[in-house]
Amino acid sequence: MSANISKATQKQSRPARTIAILALALIGFSIFAGLASATKIKLGLDLRGGTSVTLTPRGTAGGQVTSAAIDQAVSIIRQRVNSLGVAESEVSAQGSGTNRQIVISVPGDTGDRIVKLVGQTAELRFRQALASGAGNAKTTSTTAAGAKAAASYPTGVTAALDAKFAALDCTDPKNRQGGSVDSPSDALVTCSRDGSTKYILAPAELLGSQVSKAAAVLDQQGGSGWMVSLTFNGSGTKAFAAMTTRITSLPAPANQAAIVLDGLVVSSPRIIEAITSGSAQISGNFTQTDATDLANVLKYGALPLAFDRGEVQQISPTLGADQLHAGLIAGALGLGLVLLYSLLYYRGLGVVSVGSLAVAGGITYLAFLLLGKYIGFTLTLAGIAGAIVSIGITADSFIVYFERLRDEVREGRSLRTAVETGWQRARHTILVADFVSLIASALLYFFAVGGVRGFAFTLGLTTFVDLFVVFFFTKPLVTLLARLPFYAHGGPLSGFSAKSLGVVTGKEVA
Amino acid sequence: MALSGIGGRLYRGDTSVDFIGNRKRFYAFSGVLIIVAAAALGIQGLKLGIEFKGGAAFTVTAPNSTIDGANQALKDAGITSEAIVQKIGNNKIRVQTGGLANAQSDNLKANLAKNYNVQSANIDTLSIGPSWGKEITKKALYGLFGFIIVVMLYLAMAFEPKMAIAAIVAVIHDVLITVGIYALVGFDVTPATVIGFLTILGYSLYDTVVVFDKVRENTRSLTSTAKQTYSQAANLAVNQTLVRSFNTSLIALLPVASILFVGAGLLGAGTLKDLSLALFIGLAIGTYSSIFVATPILATLREREPAMIALRKRVAVRNGATGEKIVAESIPGVVTSTHSKEDRVRGPRNQPKRKSSKKH
Repeated sequence: MSANISKATQKQSRPARTIAILALALIGFSIFAGLASATKIKLGLDLRGGTSVTLTPRGTAGGQVTSAAIDQAVSIIRQRVNSLGVAESEVSAQGSGTNRQIVISVPGDTGDRIVKLVGQTAELRFRQALASGAGNAKTTSTTAAGAKAAASYPTGVTAALDAKFAALDCTDPKNRQGGSVDSPSDALVTCSRDGSTKYILAPAELLGSQVSKAAAVLDQQGGSGWMVSLTFNGSGTKAFAAMTTRITSLPAPANQAAIVLDGLVVSSPRIIEAITSGSAQISGNFTQTDATDLANVLKYGALPLAFDRGEVQQISPTLGADQLHAGLIAGALGLGLVLLYSLLYYRGLGVVSVGSLAVAGGITYLAFLLLGKYIGFTLTLAGIAGAIVSIGITADSFIVYFERLRDEVREGRSLRTAVETGWQRARHTILVADFVSLIASALLYFFAVGGVRGFAFTLGLTTFVDLFVVFFFTKPLVTLLARLPFYAHGGPLSGFSAKSLGVVTGKEVA
Repeated sequence: MALSGIGGRLYRGDTSVDFIGNRKRFYAFSGVLIIVAAAALGIQGLKLGIEFKGGAAFTVTAPNSTIDGANQALKDAGITSEAIVQKIGNNKIRVQTGGLANAQSDNLKANLAKNYNVQSANIDTLSIGPSWGKEITKKALYGLFGFIIVVMLYLAMAFEPKMAIAAIVAVIHDVLITVGIYALVGFDVTPATVIGFLTILGYSLYDTVVVFDKVRENTRSLTSTAKQTYSQAANLAVNQTLVRSFNTSLIALLPVASILFVGAGLLGAGTLKDLSLALFIGLAIGTYSSIFVATPILATLREREPAMIALRKRVAVRNGATGEKIVAESIPGVVTSTHSKEDRVRGPRNQPKRKSSKKH
């Protein structure tokens, strides 16, 4: 113990310097944040309104879920989202390996558009129509008057396809969800997007990957409104020329080229003459927005995987503001209560709590600013909750130290000695306890998605801040204060009065 | 302050609550709670939010409106199954449905916007795919098991293996009972609740770590002094850290209570309320378990060691020979080790056993 004390006396010139360095560092970082124009904490979508979509990859006939496929999907979705031109949109894959989810978050009120845009596989095919019928007629067969002889089916239609066609009811929205990736080499029985027509389609002759350019154009002459114009690459041009040449002379509906997107027919124009120019238009009652989005989707290519919408959350700016407001009130209330309790219970030492929490708050705020600027950290509602909860954890480490300090004084040590011996014991407790908190937040962060990650990140960050503050502010401050007569002599309000420690009775017993 | 005075008496052992000696009562109490929790889980199960079940929720902010518009919108969109329409506060209508096809969902939203005369973008929407719940449940479970294993290894290194076991038993105890309360009362379980459950793990351990650190300190020179049995030393540690545990728990609880108050009061429902409710319940149980469960289990485990059995005999011998005065007055940390050498060689082993512990 004597070794500890002599070590402690050596250290006694340092606390003021430590605090001064800390103050300078804080000022330095503040100036840096100001210069780097990191003056506002980036708020998450739940605090300012916006849309977040979490997509879970699903393996299909077209492709297995692989890590590379997910990476590719992320980059395609990112291009699609960027095509909207909304600032601060984010697309990222969370999780590990093939078990990842793609999280898209876009601020503002573009909600429905985003949801449609990102989840769409956008697998484009051109198929010859073999048969078509009204979408609602459940029992329509492709053959006239129920003749069942195989020969009476149109070319390419089998009995199985016909049965499927007859059973299909396109008025049921369930049959118009699309999203399923159709195998290009098989015939397809499907609906039009609006549900008015159903089709039997031949195997695909042209794929989306053979499209080199896509753009939204307004049909000036024809008056059919907004369309998407496509330009094919070399092989696409040839394939399209061959297809149109072959079917143009056939009777309806076999002279229609159905344009199929994600398994549903967008339009099925009749081919009047062979098209060898390598371009085509898709029309289908598009608004300008629809046409632009479809062109973008086609331009950046199909996703290599199909995706399930795991979670779609759209938060209006009003709700966002309400939640931010509530979070701030809860934080202020929690902080106030903790400070009040510290002051009531620890009296003079409570001042240390107040100061330390203020410093911790300052560092956390700076960290939010700088992390927002440099690693894109955004503060979410769960993150605010994490920060508020951490007020308790931070204050807990002061309590562990204070109680140790009082224990040492109870054992008859002078306050100046107790500050050092108590610290050596409290330090171990604080380190172990905070380390457990860090493990918890790290695991939460790596295993979870979305909101949980925000919470875990804030909790981990504030635990670090707590350690930092306890070592470089609280401890030196207590050392400094212990030199003041007010504390050293155990004044009634210092938190070390004999009465409040119960030392008087202790001496009687001993 | 009265509490500080108690702190002093607890510290010296003048006032002492026998936590370890009464452990069978606490085990029984916790056992009953766990059985009730398990029964509630088995019979009633948890009331899962749509984040786990899959489905959609739409919240329209429209002052002074009735739920008729929402019912009409549901009808127009052709949604008949398991839809719940609620009025929240004075100006919010919430429609919750089962899983919807994209087209149905868009349709319902458009109808709601029309009926309440609001912009579609101002309708707060949450829609959850059917497999999403399984996905996040799996992740939460991975998180839980990962946490338990890593923390157990860490505590085994930082303290001792038996402390790690006792701490983890206490943590599992906390999570089980908290989840049981959720099943029993029927609180909604959302991802925010799960965050709460997982955070409880960290919290519950914080308290336990504080107590165990003191236990370790008190028991370090136990076998050389032979003044106390392991249980007595551990019990003193719990008493000495009682004020600390009370303060840390209260301080941790204050911010959580604020979130709960604001979350439930101002927002009505959502992340803040769900998270803080789970934390609030879990924290209270965590405090209980670090005092009444973790340390008694540790003592039970350690008392089985041959060294501790031998120690118990030596302490009994010593107390039989020199009376109880010394133990009652002793102040830990000022222990004089001069007696210990003769203690070790003195006395037959069949001295009368010392009665339970120093009670006042």
